[in-house]
Amino acid sequence: MTVHNLYIFDRNGNCLFYNEWNRKKQAGISKDEYKQMRMFQLEMRKYLEFKLMYGMLFSIRSFVSKMSPLDMKDGFLSFQTSKYRLHFYETPSGLKFVLNTDLSVSNARDTLQHIYSNLYVEHIVKNPLCVGQTLDSEIFCSKLDSFIKALPYYSPRAA
Amino acid sequence: MSRQSNRATDSKKMNSELFTLTYGALVTQLCKDYENDEEVNKQLDKMGYNIGVRLIEDFLARSSIGRCQDFRETADVIAKVAFKMYLGITPSVTNWSPAGDEFSLILESNPLVDFVELPDNHSTLIYSNLLCGILRGALEMVQMAVDVRFAQDTLRGDNVTEIRMRFIKRIEENIPAGDE
Repeated sequence: MTVHNLYIFDRNGNCLFYNEWNRKKQAGISKDEYKQMRMFQLEMRKYLEFKLMYGMLFSIRSFVSKMSPLDMKDGFLSFQTSKYRLHFYETPSGLKFVLNTDLSVSNARDTLQHIYSNLYVEHIVKNPLCVGQTLDSEIFCSKLDSFIKALPYYSPRAA
Repeated sequence: MSRQSNRATDSKKMNSELFTLTYGALVTQLCKDYENDEEVNKQLDKMGYNIGVRLIEDFLARSSIGRCQDFRETADVIAKVAFKMYLGITPSVTNWSPAGDEFSLILESNPLVDFVELPDNHSTLIYSNLLCGILRGALEMVQMAVDVRFAQDTLRGDNVTEIRMRFIKRIEENIPAGDE
């Protein structure tokens, strides 16, 4: 049981926020490589990963809605592989919340909704100084961190 | 600047007179700052737009309303949920155009104008134009382009206050441009 990472995208596909909790492997990089990599290369990898993630979400969403036999209400909610499950929540205003967990977490919709309505809206939207491409609100980051760490299914394994 | 608030008690504590007077002070200041009413109307709309763009998130989070299926549902949500939530009034939705893309919100009372009388030299001022901007901004964030304007206003001698809304188009999402 654990939480791997969280992405928040705005309606234009910019990654507003990213944080990881128990993520042992960086996108396609082995551990040895990771140690050798310089800072800006890592940043670049992260940036590419965001783009890849958003592109995937965008495509999967339109694919899912095209394949649906009926008009969908919620649309794409999650997918899983043999190792992790990706939970997706999109607000009607186009904000996208993505949470990766391991397979034991079957539904994280309430969690993502809570992050939106109790953390994002309260600390970002209602803060007139918070504008722009990234969320650098400290209070938001710390509240989010403690919220995630308090989740019943957050239990980091010993590294 | 972000504040911790207990939402359950929020609406009860809000002093509507203070709100009305604050809005009045805002409009008065704009009238001083700008030469003509046209310009003030434009500024009010712009400020409203900026409010709407943010307010929609609060609205969605609080009401947990999903995406509307059609414009009629949107109209109902605006009148019955949004106006009720933020202004404490429930306008009626009427005067649908035959094509269903245009309707009117009739406001029996408008809390913004409780103490207001327009002087003669401001006959073209649309006092509550902020509301139009808010509606336009909020709907734009949920992929709807609309045209919003005041058709009638009790301040200008009409019997009721009427906000006319016209659906223009759905704003399509575009794929972010790749920089490869």
